[in-house]
Amino acid sequence: MVQDNGKEPTLALKLRVWRQRRGQPGAFEEHSLAAVPTSASFLEMMDMLNEQLIKAGKDTFAFDHDCREGICGMCSMTINGMPHGPIPGVTTCQLHMRNFRDGETITVEPWRARAFPVLKDLAVDRSGFDKVIQSGGFITVRTGSAPEANNIPVPKPIADEAMDAAECIGCGACVASCKNGSAMLFVGAKINHLNILPQGQAERDRRTLSMVKTMDEAGFGNCTNYGECQAHCPKSITLDVIAKLNRDYLRARVKEFFSSTGKPSKGGD
Amino acid sequence: MALTGLVLAGFVLGHMTGNLLMFKGPEAINAYAAWLHANKGLLWGARIVLIISTFAHIWVGIQLALENRAARDGGPAADATRRATIASRTMPYSGVIILGFAIFHLLHFTFKAVALGDVSFGDDVYKMIIVGFSCKPVAYFYIISMLLLCLHLSHGVSSVFQTLGLRNERWRSRLDVLALAYAWIIALGFISIPLAVLTGCLK
Repeated sequence: MVQDNGKEPTLALKLRVWRQRRGQPGAFEEHSLAAVPTSASFLEMMDMLNEQLIKAGKDTFAFDHDCREGICGMCSMTINGMPHGPIPGVTTCQLHMRNFRDGETITVEPWRARAFPVLKDLAVDRSGFDKVIQSGGFITVRTGSAPEANNIPVPKPIADEAMDAAECIGCGACVASCKNGSAMLFVGAKINHLNILPQGQAERDRRTLSMVKTMDEAGFGNCTNYGECQAHCPKSITLDVIAKLNRDYLRARVKEFFSSTGKPSKGGD
Repeated sequence: MALTGLVLAGFVLGHMTGNLLMFKGPEAINAYAAWLHANKGLLWGARIVLIISTFAHIWVGIQLALENRAARDGGPAADATRRATIASRTMPYSGVIILGFAIFHLLHFTFKAVALGDVSFGDDVYKMIIVGFSCKPVAYFYIISMLLLCLHLSHGVSSVFQTLGLRNERWRSRLDVLALAYAWIIALGFISIPLAVLTGCLK
C-alpha cells in the first residue's frame, strides 16, 4: 500500500475483467488501475475503471448495481472465483478495497451458470429467478384496506425463522457458487419464508410443487450437498432451507399422489 | 439417489458383518453361506432389490452428473472452493470405480468366472476367500476399492438425511460424524479380511 502523506492508503491493481457481447463468446481483458482508495467499495473501483476507459475513448464494462447498501440483490460479479468476493456474508457493493493487496491481480467474471446467460460483460440475465417467484412466490390476500396486523397470530420462533429465510435478496450467488449451478438455496429460502407462516398455508403444496418445477425448467442444476451456496451467500442463508424444501416437496408429492378425486372409482360399487 | 443409496448402504453393512464370520473359522462362514443359499426366497428377494437399487442408483447418478455439468456451464475461470469436501466432489468418480470393483467382485466370488490360480473349492467359501486374497493385486484392489467406498459413504450417508429433510444446522455436524463413522466401520470391516490373509493371520 502507498501511504500518501497522511492521507488514506491507495492500491495499484491489475484487473482481468470479462468482456462479452450477448450471444458471442467472451474473453478476459487486462487493465491496470492506480490510486484506488482502500475505503472504496468494489463497485466504486469498477466505476474508476470505467471512467478511465471513457477518458481513453474505450467501451466501459457493463455491471449490475442498484442500492449499493447490500440489500437489493442487484450487484453480482465473481471475484477471484468467489461470488461477491472473498469476504463471507457481504455483497459486492459492501466489499471494500482494503480487503485486497497492493499490486494484486483481481479476476472479475460474471455469474457462471447456464440459467444465467450473459447480457453484456458482467451483467447476466437472472429472469430464471423471476419465473420461479411468479410460479409460487406469493400469498392470496384480500387487497384494499390494510388488514388488522394482529388478526393472525404468528408465534415468535416461526416469525424469526420466516424472517431468516426472507433475508434472501435473490442475487443468485448460490447458483454462481454451486458446482452444479443449482438454485436450491434460493428456492428453499422463498419456500420456507412463505410455507411456515399462517398466511402462506393456502398455497403451500401448490407453491412447493410449482416452484420446484419452474426451477428445473429454467435450467438450474440439482443439489448434491456441496454446501458452497451457504458459504457464499451474502445473507448467510443456511442449508436448513434446502432440507425443509426437500421435506415440503416430499410431503406435497405424497399428498398429491393420494389426493381425493371426490368421486367413487369406476371399478368399485 | 437417497433411497437407492440407503438400500445399498444397508446392504454393505449386512455383507460386512457376514464376512466377519471369517474370523470365527471355516465352519461358521461356510454354515452362513449354506444357510443363505438354502433360503432361496430371502436370497433372491435381496438380490432383486439390490439389482433394482443398483441400476436405479447408477441411472439417476448419470442423469444428475450430466444435468449438473450442463447447468454449471463451465464455471468460473478462477474457481474457488470454500466448503465442498473432496468426498462430495468426487462422488461420480468414486462411484464408477466402486461399480468396476463390484463387477469384478461378482465375477470373482459369485460367478467364479475369474480363474486366479487353482480353483476347485466347491462349497468351501472359506478356502475360496483365502485363495482369492492370496493373490496380491486382487487384495490391494479390494482394499483400495473399500477406501473409496468409505469416501463415497461419508458423503452419501450424510446426504440421505438432507434429501429426506431430516437435517438442520444443529444436527449437521453430528450427522456428518455419524456418516463418517459408518463409512469407516464398513471399510475397516471389509479391509480386515484381505489384510488378515495378506499378513497370514487367516490361513
